[in-house]
Amino acid sequence: MIKFDSKIPSGPLTEKWETYKTGLKLVSPANRKKLDVIVVGTGLAGASAASSLGELGYNVKVFCFQDTPRRAHSVAAQGGTNAAKNYKNDGDSVYRLFLDTIKGGDYRSREANVYRAAEVSNKVIDHYTALGVPFAHDYGGMLDTRSFGGVQVSRTFYAKGQTGQQCLLGSYSSLSRQVEKGTVTMYSRREMIDLVVIDGQARGIIARNLITGELERHSAHTVVLATGGYGTVFYLSTLALGSNPMAAWSAHKKGALFANPSFIQIHPTSVPVLNEYQSKLTLMSESLRNDGRVWVPKAKDDNRHPNEIPEEERDYYLERQYPAYGNLVPRDVGSRAAKERCDAGYGVGDTGLAVYLDFKDAINKQGKAAIKDKYGNLFEMYEKITGIIPYDEPMKIYPAGHYTMGGLWVDYNLMTTIPGLYAIGESNFSDHGANRLGANSLMQCSGDGYFILPYTIADYLADEIATPRIPTDTAEFDKAEKDVKERIDRLVNIKGSETATSFHRRLGKILWDYCGMIRNEEGLLKGSQLLKELEEEFYKELAIPGTGYELNQELEKALRVETFFEIGHLMIQDALNRKESCGAHFREESQTETGETLRIDEEYAYVAAWEYKGPDKKHIMHKEDLNFEFVELKQRSYK
Amino acid sequence: MGNKRIGFSTLSQKYVMALAGIFLMLFLVVHLTINLLMIVGDDGELFGEAVQFMITNPFIKIMEYVLFGGFLIHILLGVILEIYNYRARPIKYAKSLKTEKSRFSKYMIHTGVIIFIFLFIHFLNFFFVKVGFVPVPEYADSPHDFFPMAVVVFQNPLYSAIYLVALVFLGFHLKHAFQSAFQSLGLNHEKYTPAIKVIGTIYSIVIAVGFALIPIYFLFFYS
Amino acid sequence: MNITLKIWRQKNANAKGRFVKYNLENVSPEMSFLEMLDFLNEQLIKKGDDPIAFDHDCREGICGACGMYINGRPHGPEKKTTTCELHLRSFEDGSTIVVEPWRSKAFPVIKDLMVDRTALDEIIRSGGYISVNAGSAPEANSIPVDKHSSDKAFDAAECIGCGACAAACKNSSAMLFVAAKVSQLALLPHGKPEAARRVQKMVKKMDDLGFGGCSNTYSCQIDCPKGIDVEFIALMNREFFKAKVCKSKAK
Repeated sequence: MIKFDSKIPSGPLTEKWETYKTGLKLVSPANRKKLDVIVVGTGLAGASAASSLGELGYNVKVFCFQDTPRRAHSVAAQGGTNAAKNYKNDGDSVYRLFLDTIKGGDYRSREANVYRAAEVSNKVIDHYTALGVPFAHDYGGMLDTRSFGGVQVSRTFYAKGQTGQQCLLGSYSSLSRQVEKGTVTMYSRREMIDLVVIDGQARGIIARNLITGELERHSAHTVVLATGGYGTVFYLSTLALGSNPMAAWSAHKKGALFANPSFIQIHPTSVPVLNEYQSKLTLMSESLRNDGRVWVPKAKDDNRHPNEIPEEERDYYLERQYPAYGNLVPRDVGSRAAKERCDAGYGVGDTGLAVYLDFKDAINKQGKAAIKDKYGNLFEMYEKITGIIPYDEPMKIYPAGHYTMGGLWVDYNLMTTIPGLYAIGESNFSDHGANRLGANSLMQCSGDGYFILPYTIADYLADEIATPRIPTDTAEFDKAEKDVKERIDRLVNIKGSETATSFHRRLGKILWDYCGMIRNEEGLLKGSQLLKELEEEFYKELAIPGTGYELNQELEKALRVETFFEIGHLMIQDALNRKESCGAHFREESQTETGETLRIDEEYAYVAAWEYKGPDKKHIMHKEDLNFEFVELKQRSYK
Repeated sequence: MGNKRIGFSTLSQKYVMALAGIFLMLFLVVHLTINLLMIVGDDGELFGEAVQFMITNPFIKIMEYVLFGGFLIHILLGVILEIYNYRARPIKYAKSLKTEKSRFSKYMIHTGVIIFIFLFIHFLNFFFVKVGFVPVPEYADSPHDFFPMAVVVFQNPLYSAIYLVALVFLGFHLKHAFQSAFQSLGLNHEKYTPAIKVIGTIYSIVIAVGFALIPIYFLFFYS
Repeated sequence: MNITLKIWRQKNANAKGRFVKYNLENVSPEMSFLEMLDFLNEQLIKKGDDPIAFDHDCREGICGACGMYINGRPHGPEKKTTTCELHLRSFEDGSTIVVEPWRSKAFPVIKDLMVDRTALDEIIRSGGYISVNAGSAPEANSIPVDKHSSDKAFDAAECIGCGACAAACKNSSAMLFVAAKVSQLALLPHGKPEAARRVQKMVKKMDDLGFGGCSNTYSCQIDCPKGIDVEFIALMNREFFKAKVCKSKAK
């Protein structure tokens, strides 16, 4: 049986972290350089963790599969990052940010973790500002904020529509500073394929050098995964094509529990699918819903040009159904509403799988210049992809796979069930429950990396100061490397006729259709069957040119697709298990009369943490009960 | 993998290039102003006085050396940077479109070389006479008696043609040089830079056309 | 539509490369340039050939991974567009498209259209940061930042580090890249304390890595997918001058 303790400190919510922090063990500066830390991933979580650990003096090794750490997919976050600064004097506070996040996550996250994330959010803004992140300022020289979905205050700090990029470049710059100083060693174009566990502790990784194809052994006293989410499981998603859960999944297979795998956020505003070769769905920031109004024609199959449809024949369905939040309902609600309208036959565009996001009123009211100032780059991006100018006619948008709330199970220290293995940022499950609120992702990733992990990791490393550097010529490393070699050889030697991408496309379609925005038992079972069949075909028909020991982009894809099959199965198993609806997880069997999510708190107020039992064996579920001491569980209502 | 270069950074070199260039551009204004006195129609009387002033004034004498230094530095750094820049791309593109905003910038070394060759001819005609490298022609009274020299040189259509062609290239060189010097020195401002660009264009035209008036005058209008 | 591609193929860094011609029939004008290459690669793999290696990731113009020299221009013919945002509708039916890797001494070819751009990382490492440790920052609003500077800093910070500026430059100079970072940090009050050190170190690093110098040709601005203005190069020149003339030597 796996050791399983969330280590949530007792005491009042507002004091938990402060009290807990002071009780954590420390490592003296002289000992830090003797301790090796591996950080995998260089997004906001990874870069911020690696740079702060470097600043503290640990010997850090950082890995990314991209050619440079600055390209990690945090770069694509657009709208902003939340903080409870209350600069707008609109009644915001740490507690309100906490409450909004818990409610937005449909009461499936841990109170203590969420409160802590809200608590450190202000320091994150301070730090980024000091790092030279050019957040938007007002004429008086003070930071500006804007509103985001699911909240009634204005707490989102932003740098036009490129907040993620700007924050990441900030983290990347401090990471670069540590590389120059020699505290951090950068290993780019390396992909972690497996975790090495020695005597029950995470002690290293096997990474594939993507240029030479060589397998490399890297050891450390502790390993931090900051490898992001698995939204690319749907093939078409808002993520970068390289984003993948292989590293986290390898840890899972070595004993780390995987929590709530079926909780995947579908983002309501993405550019819809335009052709069959499409490789990517580009996100249009949620911030657009501040000024854009979502509508479909009132009549079915209305083929008129949107500008010719008069006001009274438009159905602003979000404003109609959710008068309190209007266009700013949380993402899960917005996505399902769009799907509902399209399924009912009101969708627009060639495929009927799109709704309008209209800026006409905002442009009339605020002027084109003001809109351009706020969203100029997003409008440009939209025009480049579609050839349509959104100043002149409404955007067409549709939901797309986006963010995974599920991930490696971690305790309050952000440690997984493998001692010495941490998971931070999107790769863990802890803060967003069943649905993430907009702009909370940058907040959590940075908070984890800058202001939480450096404290909790010291508590673990304090007991490691007597452990000498971990050698890489041990039996465990030998075995791990051999396993990876066999895995690679197996794939390369299939010598079939279908590319990894074509399998990925088909796999994604199965999961999108049967384990996507709306789920039911029958569909999930069917999806599971289809997935199994496709997986069998994959191991017969996969084609990879070349060998495993050279630059081979097809092999990289195939290894990732292999992981998607495995994670896909677990997603379905988790979705089948959770017979309630909550947040992004919508089970048709569990809905209110008006078609909203219906939670069943008595039965499902828990985190489903899955244990890997071996190939071809069913996962075993462990429950972490969610105890709500400080908030009252309510039916979410944005009406 | 870096390139060997002289001790200074490329930016410092560009700075010196620009400063020397600006100095040369100022010199051209003085040079043109005096030379235009040749074509006022007094058979070089006024011009002769100006020349007399220039060769006797001690400050101008010092400036002559500075001017030479300016030329040398400008040319030398231009060549060094060109070699350095050339080596920054050992394998060239198979297909390359010209997308530059400042068209003449690509040909600074080419126009520069043409101007350099022209400068040599120009020196043979005038400057070397003055310093005594070339014997004083019989139609001139002294090594400083430039007016008759100009008459003879420019009434030769071949020389006039060489001068005119060279001046066109000088104009091109200056067209880029003027605003480029400001950019290299970091003197850029959203309010003033557009004006600098316009002034640069006017300057390059005025210099080229101004100097061109002299051979044209002697070739067609002087008798 | 039908297109003919002439693509640079090179097995590895040391191999001699050459152009290989591919004919593609019935491709959709709505395909992105990279989707077209995916499509071509799919065909190559099915034939048992080696697919074309190229860098890409986000496919929405923000990560800066993609970069090819397409028909004589970095990122192709469209203004302010990365290769991944380029669509086939920008090309004529029946046209021939020449695709080359970035050519620069500082960007050695790894394979086919893939080049090594770690030189850009090295430049940032040499000084492209503000030295502040996590935990030591003052309250964010305690230092007012005037809107104009903040907006300008943002304009400079838009750089995605793709290397198109150096690929476009006739001298293969990375001035625009370096200038963008120097300017972003010099414009903000937080970046001023180490501005002099930063600009000197970064310029030196750029030179050491084998990038050429600036000839003020400004093709970098035209071909920059984010349209970063060469005014930042002037700003860097100014910063450099101030640092060299007015400050003591950078350590």
